Amino acid sequence: MTGQPGSSAGSVTEVGGAAPPAARIRAQAGHEVRTLLANGEQLLVAVVLPAMALLGLALAHSPSLGTGRRIDVATPGVLALAVISTAFTGQAIATGFDRRYGVLRLLGVTPLGRSGLLVARLVAVLVVEALQVLLLGGLGLVLGWEPRATGIPIALLVGVLGTATFVSLALLLAGTLRAEGVLAVANLLWVVMLGLGVVLPTERLPHALGVVARLTPGGALGDALRGALEHATLHWAGLGVLLVWLVLGAAGAVRWFRWSD
Amino acid sequence: MSAAVEVRDLRRSFGQVRAVDGATWSAESGCVTAVLGPNGAGKTTMIEILEGLGRADSGTARVLGVDPWDASADHRARVGVMLQDGGLPTRSKPLALLGHLASLYAAPSRVEELARRLDLTSFAGTIVRRLSGGQRQRVALAAALVGRPDVAFLDEPTAGLDPHARLEVWDLVRSEADRGAAVVVTTHSFEEAERLADRIVIVGKGQVVASGPLAEVAAGSSLEERYFSLTGRQAGR
Repeated sequence: MTGQPGSSAGSVTEVGGAAPPAARIRAQAGHEVRTLLANGEQLLVAVVLPAMALLGLALAHSPSLGTGRRIDVATPGVLALAVISTAFTGQAIATGFDRRYGVLRLLGVTPLGRSGLLVARLVAVLVVEALQVLLLGGLGLVLGWEPRATGIPIALLVGVLGTATFVSLALLLAGTLRAEGVLAVANLLWVVMLGLGVVLPTERLPHALGVVARLTPGGALGDALRGALEHATLHWAGLGVLLVWLVLGAAGAVRWFRWSD
Repeated sequence: MSAAVEVRDLRRSFGQVRAVDGATWSAESGCVTAVLGPNGAGKTTMIEILEGLGRADSGTARVLGVDPWDASADHRARVGVMLQDGGLPTRSKPLALLGHLASLYAAPSRVEELARRLDLTSFAGTIVRRLSGGQRQRVALAAALVGRPDVAFLDEPTAGLDPHARLEVWDLVRSEADRGAAVVVTTHSFEEAERLADRIVIVGKGQVVASGPLAEVAAGSSLEERYFSLTGRQAGR
């Protein structure tokens, strides 16, 4: 049998074509979530280390977290750390190595395509973050955390903005550096941000360091989540800083992201 | 009848280097077309343009009548690609990965059939990172064919395979052409080209130096002799 080329000239495929877009994205997002959850190192950074940080901050008496109840200050900070772990560190490393091994190229030529892959990755990050919030938020509640109910919608808004910001920064990093460089820089930045206003409120840092921390996406996310969940307030400065980083990250990724190594 | 794959006066430069310099060739449905050429002759650049992974500076590249750059998902579903580096996610297990890829297509899954023909079940529980080079080659080939493509681009499909696996792969490639697909195989193996291909395209210095049915290109001598006489300068570098 000889097929006729050309879309109008018929096809050798009797039942062909791509699966519907939503099905493709659902399939890829599910695959990404399963891969993330099966990755021990990723689970360590996404859940175990934030949980240890939460336990340590809640049960210890130092460092000082300010005037509020320790657990009410610590839990939003640890949730910010969880967002950074998944949306930035995990995404940057996974994308960096997928780029190295040609996975991005291969998926780009399947019906999923490049845009489908990006959307599926974002969905997978949000799903994993939801699981993190359940686990770490649950741990916080067990330890006595009392989030302000009216602040929860604000926290969701901040969380989505923070996720978009950190995913864009992760793609910028993963699309421009070699995989080993991505691994080193993403882990290093996770550690640096940990001490720059993510877990500890920026006002508890030495003055000059606090000013710097408030301008970092990690410090901004931490302050904005604490503002939402501790005081039910919209932390405009933090949102503004996140927005600026989002624009910078997205513009940089669009301009410099390379799909192959 | 228009060809399933059509390349006309295609050009692509990287800085001062003319990777593809006015190449013209085509591949028909129901045929295996082998593309041969020295490293750096422009084969990969040309095939990447046809796969939608790269963009030409000028000229025409058409696959199933469509410009592959930014083509639709339905077009991509009709084109299977086996990349030289495999492109397989390192933490995935072969059959789970193929099942996932199959779910991106509307056509029913053929994972079982491919797993049987390419003997993938013997290492089904091993993640891609721990597979041997030959095992990865077979998974990558299955990934290219899982959507029953109308056009398949296979980059060195038997590199690193043992003789038994190589025969299996040749049988599979032939049966893909027999069901009507246009199969384009990039290879450095004259044996592979002679045993598998209906048509040969020889590329040198970014241009097509010979193309046509095997017997016509070989022109009375062996393909190997003809290849070196046509690409002598590149081969000697």
